[in-house]
Amino acid sequence: MKNDSRPETTTATEGAVNNRRRSIVAGIGAAGIVAGVAPFNILRAQGRALKVGVLLPRSGVQAGIGQDCQRGVDLASGILKDLGLPNIEIMNGDTESNVDMARSRAERLISEGAQLLVGAFDSGQTTAIAQVAEQKGIPLVINIAAAPPITEQGYKFVFRNFPTAAMILGDAFANQKEVFKISGAAPKSVVFMHVNDTFGTAMQKGISVVMPKFDMPYKILAEIPYDPAARDLSVEVAKAKAANADGLLLVSRLNDAILLTRELIKQRWSPMAIMSMGPGWYEDQYLKTFGKMADGPMSFVPWYDPNKKLSKQLEGALAKAHPDINLNTNHIFTFEALLVAADAYKRAGSTDPKALADAIRATNITDNVSIGPGIRFNEKGQNATVKNAAIQNRGGKLVTIAPGVAANAKPENPMVAYNKRG
Amino acid sequence: MRPEFCWGSCVPLEVILNVAASGLLTGLVYGLMALGLSVIFGVVRVVNFAHGEMMTIAMYLAVILFSYYKLDPLLMMVPIAVVLFVFGYAIQHVLITPFINRPEHSQFILLVAIAIIMVNVLLIVFGPDAKSVQPAYAFDSFQIGTLILDATKVYAAAAAIIVAAALFGFFRFTLVGKAIRACADNYAGALVVGLDVKRLYALTFGLGAACVGAAGSMMTLLVDVTPPLGPAYTLLAFVIVITGGLGSMMGALVGGVLIGVTEALGGLLFTPSAKSMFAFGLLVLILLFRPQGIFGKRPT
Amino acid sequence: MMARLLADVPARALVMLGVFFAALCVIPLFANDYFITVLILILYFAFVGQAWNIMTGFAGQLSLGHALYVGLGAYAAAILYVKFGISPWIGLGASIVIAAAAGAVIGFLAFRFGVGGVYFAILTIAFAECARIGFDHWRWVGAASGLFLPVANYTQNDLWNLRGSPIMFYYVVLGMTVGAFVLCHALLRSRVGYYWLAIRESPEAAQALGIDIFRYKMYAVVLSAAMTSLSGVLFAFYYNNLFPEQVFHISRSIEFILGPIIGGIGTLFGPIVGAFVLTTLGESVEEVMRALGIDIPGIKQVFYGICLLLVVMFLPDGIWPPLRKRLGLDRKPRTPGKPK
Repeated sequence: MKNDSRPETTTATEGAVNNRRRSIVAGIGAAGIVAGVAPFNILRAQGRALKVGVLLPRSGVQAGIGQDCQRGVDLASGILKDLGLPNIEIMNGDTESNVDMARSRAERLISEGAQLLVGAFDSGQTTAIAQVAEQKGIPLVINIAAAPPITEQGYKFVFRNFPTAAMILGDAFANQKEVFKISGAAPKSVVFMHVNDTFGTAMQKGISVVMPKFDMPYKILAEIPYDPAARDLSVEVAKAKAANADGLLLVSRLNDAILLTRELIKQRWSPMAIMSMGPGWYEDQYLKTFGKMADGPMSFVPWYDPNKKLSKQLEGALAKAHPDINLNTNHIFTFEALLVAADAYKRAGSTDPKALADAIRATNITDNVSIGPGIRFNEKGQNATVKNAAIQNRGGKLVTIAPGVAANAKPENPMVAYNKRG
Repeated sequence: MRPEFCWGSCVPLEVILNVAASGLLTGLVYGLMALGLSVIFGVVRVVNFAHGEMMTIAMYLAVILFSYYKLDPLLMMVPIAVVLFVFGYAIQHVLITPFINRPEHSQFILLVAIAIIMVNVLLIVFGPDAKSVQPAYAFDSFQIGTLILDATKVYAAAAAIIVAAALFGFFRFTLVGKAIRACADNYAGALVVGLDVKRLYALTFGLGAACVGAAGSMMTLLVDVTPPLGPAYTLLAFVIVITGGLGSMMGALVGGVLIGVTEALGGLLFTPSAKSMFAFGLLVLILLFRPQGIFGKRPT
Repeated sequence: MMARLLADVPARALVMLGVFFAALCVIPLFANDYFITVLILILYFAFVGQAWNIMTGFAGQLSLGHALYVGLGAYAAAILYVKFGISPWIGLGASIVIAAAAGAVIGFLAFRFGVGGVYFAILTIAFAECARIGFDHWRWVGAASGLFLPVANYTQNDLWNLRGSPIMFYYVVLGMTVGAFVLCHALLRSRVGYYWLAIRESPEAAQALGIDIFRYKMYAVVLSAAMTSLSGVLFAFYYNNLFPEQVFHISRSIEFILGPIIGGIGTLFGPIVGAFVLTTLGESVEEVMRALGIDIPGIKQVFYGICLLLVVMFLPDGIWPPLRKRLGLDRKPRTPGKPK
């Protein structure tokens, strides 16, 4: 992996910066020596493998999510080979949940020969990486990042196979109406709670634009934002309860989902429906923490189509590698990003970044994992056809209740009250 | 017609009482956490910026004991406090004693370095996922009239009061406690009288750490633990201690309650996501108008 | 004036400085973009470190909330550019004014009310946190979902609007750092510098001599804030997005001060040495870890923390003072305690 042509910088000999040079040269020297036996994700392949730099937050505050996305990466190699796609060589980069690191890691991977980048979960870090990718002419396939501006910059080398906040909202409302129709019950009023971070605020901004288009049966009585670093959400839940609404509409993260649920139970408020439009309420940690108290909440999120062949394959592979982990958004979209990379490489026939970018732009993968007609990119580099699902927690597992084409269960609405579950 | 209170938005009175009560209980646990810091700074005069990390370690200990041995964190409070005591004593002796006379920024960097190491070792050992403790009474609540009190908070607050009282008793009534107070009040005098100041300092750091340990086991009942949890609590502890008064134990508890209630009510009546600002606002006011804190003594 | 500035600098130091500066000017012509990115980071931290050093190292007020000024500077220039199309070279005027005002407020509150030491540090943290939460709720600039600068022109270098390749940013930040260095050198040799030294070492004696402590402390704070805001302007235009959570966060404030403290607080070259050492350390540890095939997230930071610990334990004044002695730059007789 490290036996590419080294840049000439290591031969420069400026005097006063010798100390710094020496340590870097030493590092690179050591790298060269150990390169052959370094146990990376190197796939022994016939034919040249495509070098893909994968940038994820594997340490720092977003470490949990980054490491979860990594599972999608680990599963990719076996499955892509089965599909007859060319090999890809993964170069891992840790953004450390930090914009500075994200940018410099991206530069580093490119200087080490990465021909394509995948990443990076966080919108801020992804934006920094996108700029580097665009400047260098190296294609970036975004696995997860919902901030709309990223694909509004006129970039030619940045592609996003993930819905924007507006798309997530639109599908959420459509799916909610479908769920209400099937179950014959709908809340007349809701409280909207959201985490006050990048994603939560983008969703909150989008609601006033998107919701009126859908003629929803409920009104939003109160809007309660909360601090992403909040240690205690009892005040927020008390405020929500005081609004006397039927249901709870929210955008949260995993930690908040756990805190909120505890408070709901302790403050003795069981909403008719808990409708989450973000991560948290379906995650393994949540299900494990609450057992049968975890049943009921519906999540309207980008998801996999359980009826698609590749989904079943991915699910099987995950079950073998990590039996106690459910397939989720992080795995799916990180896997699909690598799928896009391999597929483009096959069609381009070369590792030249411009050829790869053109190939990606022409992508049309119908045999994929996420819901919708498949993976294709519009002129802005956005996959505008990705659809979201409605999933529900049931018996420690997740079932898909909408849209009809991807469903495998009927919705349970209204939710069984917390104090009525033995 | 239920009584309501309007300022920013209208909220029924019973909700205000509920939230205030909850803030009070949480504040007591925060107060216990800050107590350790107050003791350390009040006596040893070292600003312990790794305070939150020490609490995080205690929380992980409690989580492990619960997951593997089903031992309730409230009962494990004492053993965990002992472990942290040893840990604190060791840190003081090995790392901090040479730093007593160094300028503040040096102490600060020392403890920041320790904090960085601790956070990342925890990340490596325990992984990034949040871990929690779920005892049988995790979802219980007491209902008194229209007041709904969270059971875990009540137990944790009660334990906090007991520990604080024990600590108070120690400092007031035991010889060692009095010796430590003597060092704090008059370093030179203590030396003259023949007290082994180094050992007493180490002891104090150990005690402060033990407090943090006890607070940590209680905190697992309220909050899930992740490796980067520490710094936010370090900051909170400082805010509480400065508000209540450095070196005053009563101040730490009262400061904790004050911050807990202020944040809760501020969040309720205004924007919950901005509730930390109220705590900081209070801090700025205290720093300007009563810098020794509510119960602190003016430095001589 | 040049003569006065160079008066008691040993010739050897001037030569080494010259070589160093020439090297920095010339490196981008040979280096790849990754290197340049790392150097930009180093110089950025060196610049902020130097600005922070004025307040803490020269005037003795420990500030742990310097991210406040970076953020204010960044948002001010970014808002003017995004909403009104005003170039950052003009926008930085607004940044300086706003940051200086913030510094003045903090300084006034602190010094008039006698807040010092650790309390002052906590006060600075409080203000930075309030700014973070405040901007997190300010809808006009995107609140928590961030302020994005339109990135249109990345193929050509547009210096007026600060759009362009890393090399352009490199020279801009190099210019800023050199400017800061020269400014600090001049300040230290001026009357203000001596007053600061007096205030830092012995405030009561300084007051007894009739030095207006309040006024000179205010100068330090305001100057430090204003300089720091410039780095915010660069940050905004280099990364093209601003999120209050990241820009005002306390971890940023701490990042800024590691350099000067490791390098040598209160010294002129300390922040620069510190920035070089820290960034290089981080990258090298990363290199070695990868070379050894160790892929455990978080292990790099553990080593980083250990190195930090060792430096602070065994090199109490920072790296620069002993290094300076080793390089023989100490030969000129100095009055005790006068920083280089």
